[in-house]
Amino acid sequence: MKALVWHGKEDVRFDTVSDPEIEDPRDAIVKVTSCAICGSDLHLFHNFIPAMLPGDIMGHEMMGEVVEVGSGMNGHLKKGERIVVPFTIICGQCEQCRRGNFSVCETTNRNRHLAEKAFGHATAGLFGYTHLTGGYPGGQAEYVRVPFADATHIKVPNGLSDEQVLFLGDILPTGWQAAVQCDIQPADTVAVWGCGPVGQMAIRSAILLGARQVAAIDRLPERLGMAEAGGAIPINFDEESVVERLNELTHGKGPDKCIDATGMESHVTPSIPDTLYDRAKQMFMMESDRPHVLREMIYVCRPAGTLSIPGVYSGLVDKMPMGQAMNKGLTFRMGQTHVNRWTDDLMRRVEDGQIDPSFVITHTVGLDAGPEMYKVFRDKRDACIKVVMRP
Amino acid sequence: MGYLSRLSNVVRSEGDPKIISAGRSSLGAGDRFARALGWFSIGLGLSELLAPRLVAGPLGMGGNEGLLRAYGAREIGAGVLSLSTEKRAGLWSRVAGDVLDMATLMTALRRDNPKRSNAMLALGLVAGVTALDIIGAQRAAGGQRRGGGRGRYADRSGFPQGVQKARGAARDEEKRRTTAAAS
Repeated sequence: MKALVWHGKEDVRFDTVSDPEIEDPRDAIVKVTSCAICGSDLHLFHNFIPAMLPGDIMGHEMMGEVVEVGSGMNGHLKKGERIVVPFTIICGQCEQCRRGNFSVCETTNRNRHLAEKAFGHATAGLFGYTHLTGGYPGGQAEYVRVPFADATHIKVPNGLSDEQVLFLGDILPTGWQAAVQCDIQPADTVAVWGCGPVGQMAIRSAILLGARQVAAIDRLPERLGMAEAGGAIPINFDEESVVERLNELTHGKGPDKCIDATGMESHVTPSIPDTLYDRAKQMFMMESDRPHVLREMIYVCRPAGTLSIPGVYSGLVDKMPMGQAMNKGLTFRMGQTHVNRWTDDLMRRVEDGQIDPSFVITHTVGLDAGPEMYKVFRDKRDACIKVVMRP
Repeated sequence: MGYLSRLSNVVRSEGDPKIISAGRSSLGAGDRFARALGWFSIGLGLSELLAPRLVAGPLGMGGNEGLLRAYGAREIGAGVLSLSTEKRAGLWSRVAGDVLDMATLMTALRRDNPKRSNAMLALGLVAGVTALDIIGAQRAAGGQRRGGGRGRYADRSGFPQGVQKARGAARDEEKRRTTAAAS
């Protein structure tokens, strides 16, 4: 089959690989009908996430048709069914899964010894990601093996298109969880840093959850325009001071809730000196992540406010103003998304026409265009916000 | 298929797909050229930093070892930047460094320098490398070619029933549910 394979930094190839095979009675093979490039794929593309190996198949946003199932499905999944595959692989049986903490499933990470050394404890297995999370082959391919498939799936009701449901596997529940973690109150101002796909979903989620106003921070006009279309107040940090504008919107009090939808690769620009400092340290491997957004959120957030962090961080950050955070009494909430905790509710909202996540798709291409589209997405060429591929 | 991909198969399970043949890469000729220049920069920088006498002697620039060490550190910095995702900035920083190198070499062209011809040759080589750096910088990816303005996606609210109806819709539902459960 064909697949997009990681070979090294900025080197993703459209390779021919062997077909995946059932290994365990709980496995299923899915013929991928749609998959997408996620912002966190760019962290892998740039080799900022440790423990990727040449030969790893990329992709953790995918959906398709079940073409083969293991003998242990117990009727939970059948051949021919159409499913979205959540990016977190879950057993559905361990204590964390029973609590709904699916992204820290205690069973599915097949490299748990590595993860325990790196994180202290193992987290869930993830598709198309680092070997610290199991190194499972991803879904930017014609076929993908879904381990623990009896639990790791989201069934698609009839009548919904791939575009409407594909993002239930990652970015929609990620944006939703980011907003839910904020415990939004009717008088709240929510500020969202980064208007990429997750930021766009977080903005829509904050609107649905009833924030008084939502501010969207970015520098790319098309992304700010899309955020504004979803009901946000755009702030272009190339043109105005984020801190001053947020204080103006909140009469000097600061936003009650702040969402970091940027993560470890915040934009580097001479007009924001700490971004240059972080980039230089990152380049010489003295810091793994660039935490400018975290610093700015801590500084501007209203005392007793909440910082919600769906953006991906991989390791160590430097110069974190913990004194500001502690004295202001801020709450930090973060984590990989507990996808299946939210998907029943979100699927219903999609079916009811409350939200249609397909608004974020700007490019639809074949899988063979994948290597080029990584660069188009990375460089924000052609107003690219979200790439969907059809293998 | 590269040997690293083959080697990595030892950590894959039996049913994991493995590469049969490699296809088109996202890494373009410009990226590979930038990488080559980046490694060249690091190699040159290390020799200037660690063995400045070996570089200064043949050019008749003895006594300038400290300066050469500083230039070596600069070369390494430019090399690392050229190997990073900001390769264009790295290659332009190399061009600036090349100009500095040429200006320094000009001082070795004085008539009383017995190694003048070597310095002349080195100046020519640096000029050639400068040309390669300029070509590399122009070809390197990383430029932000944007498209569309704020109006490009102005019709993409994501709310089929409109933004106004969406505001607080989930919260209102929750309220209704709580009220119904309480009554």
